Amino acid sequence: MFDDFFMRAILAGIGIALIAGPLGCFVIWRRMAYLGDTMAHSALLGIALSLAFGWSTLISVFMISGLVSLALVMLQRRNGLSTDALLGILSHATLAIGLVSLAFMPNVRVDLLGYLFGDILAVSTTDLAVIWGGVMVVALVLALLWRPLLAGTVNAELAAAEGERPERARLAFMVLMAFVIAIAMKIVGILLITAMLIIPAATARRFATSPEIMALLAALFGAAASTGGLYLSLGFDTPSGPSIVVAALGLFLIALLPLPQLGRGRGQAEAPAAAGATIAELEQ
Amino acid sequence: MQSGLSNSLIAMENMGVQRGGRWLVRDVDLTIGAGEIVTLIGPNGSGKSTTAKTAIGIVEASAGTVRRAHDLVVGYVPQKLAVDRSLPLTVARLMRLTTRTSTVAMRQALERVGIPHLEKAEIHGLSGGEFQRALLARAMLRKPNLLVLDEPVQGVDFAGEIALYELISELRDQDGCAVLLISHDLHVVMAKTDRVLCLNGHVCCEGSPRSVAASPAYRQLFGDRAADALAIYRHKHDHTHLPDGQVVAANDAPGEGGGCSCTESDFDHHDLHPVAQRGAAEATATKETDNV
Repeated sequence: MFDDFFMRAILAGIGIALIAGPLGCFVIWRRMAYLGDTMAHSALLGIALSLAFGWSTLISVFMISGLVSLALVMLQRRNGLSTDALLGILSHATLAIGLVSLAFMPNVRVDLLGYLFGDILAVSTTDLAVIWGGVMVVALVLALLWRPLLAGTVNAELAAAEGERPERARLAFMVLMAFVIAIAMKIVGILLITAMLIIPAATARRFATSPEIMALLAALFGAAASTGGLYLSLGFDTPSGPSIVVAALGLFLIALLPLPQLGRGRGQAEAPAAAGATIAELEQ
Repeated sequence: MQSGLSNSLIAMENMGVQRGGRWLVRDVDLTIGAGEIVTLIGPNGSGKSTTAKTAIGIVEASAGTVRRAHDLVVGYVPQKLAVDRSLPLTVARLMRLTTRTSTVAMRQALERVGIPHLEKAEIHGLSGGEFQRALLARAMLRKPNLLVLDEPVQGVDFAGEIALYELISELRDQDGCAVLLISHDLHVVMAKTDRVLCLNGHVCCEGSPRSVAASPAYRQLFGDRAADALAIYRHKHDHTHLPDGQVVAANDAPGEGGGCSCTESDFDHHDLHPVAQRGAAEATATKETDNV
């Protein structure tokens, strides 16, 4: 089964969606979308590093994402510019440095488009093992972190006052983000990883009545979008990343339009019906 | 080391917090005894919140010492709680954010603050007052011996403000916890307070509400308008009412009471008279523990 490149891609996509969904929920709850983007863009620099020194891609991407978030924290302490502006600088600076560094390595053949937009052909059996191993690790860590992380998302000081350690949870969360970016890169592509984090989570918001349900639904919507997108990619010979994002957007739009009306319409329909019944009874 | 803590929940000495080369607050001595109500007042940026946060250990002191009782359980209501609308959170879930609790206990807590009907409501739809009540309920659910309230009436209209302070004082009387209150609503708050610390980067004056109100440092900091507001508070102590409403000056209020505006603040002082008396009783009660 793992011999088939398409099957590998589908399994990898589902694996990534399962982690990206819950993490993406925290990304939008904590308004960190731009940070996710910045970390993802810096991944290209990580790739350049791995090619230049022969390091593992996973480790160097992970390292660079970590360095970028550290640089952000240090720049924030200087109080000169808003986080928004700093993220804009870091995001594009790291992407540009990554592209320039790759250009300096003429001997290395790089499928740049594959890195930027994802490539279903790129998923090896090893990658698949890494992704699913990652799913297990992330699920475990997230389960352990859930309470302090959620409490810290509501209010870090409240969480700290009640004996949680929101700062530690936040750091661990950043590490998880870097990890997801490192493993999602091949399928979704550097430029579009944030979409995989955010769009399924945003779709899930419509139906969620609790944070936990939202995280679960985001994982499911992500898995559906990823599978649908990969079929799209195969059918129309399009890059896998954009295809997955288009599929995710499709789900988001479907969820946006008819369903809330349907739900509410039903509720309203029941109420007048009940009222009508009592009136009818009264008339009798 | 231990002697400073006997009977008190929090003991801070020469506490200072420095951030980015600037002292947010310094040289603060503050002890909070069991059951005591302490109010921090001061202008914006005077270090009220920082002092409270340092007291309960959210912010680390850069100077001085902060000691906390081993059995300290803090119920905290922070100043601002900006929860993103994308986070689906019902009141019931908010109550259980960090504490496991039975449904019965949670409903009881909501009942106590008067919002049992909002159990399943999303927090984004709550009014300012309802949200503060929910936060108060979850703080009380932890059975704290110290309740820390950072501007608890923010975003609440005037009538709601008084109701909310009544509720806080009621909860405190039932549970007997100490209260550290941050406020700038001077006259409403001070009637219920045992001790006031007036901050402006440092402790500018401290003592019973009455002595703080009389202090020149306080008047200088808050200006004449605040002093007027305090007059409303003060005359609660410096005169009494006959059943027909006629004002009778008390012995210990020479002159000053005459200048304050009884008619302007009728609403306040009729509302708050019993509370003021209760506050006085508590003040004497805590004096004993202070002397230990």
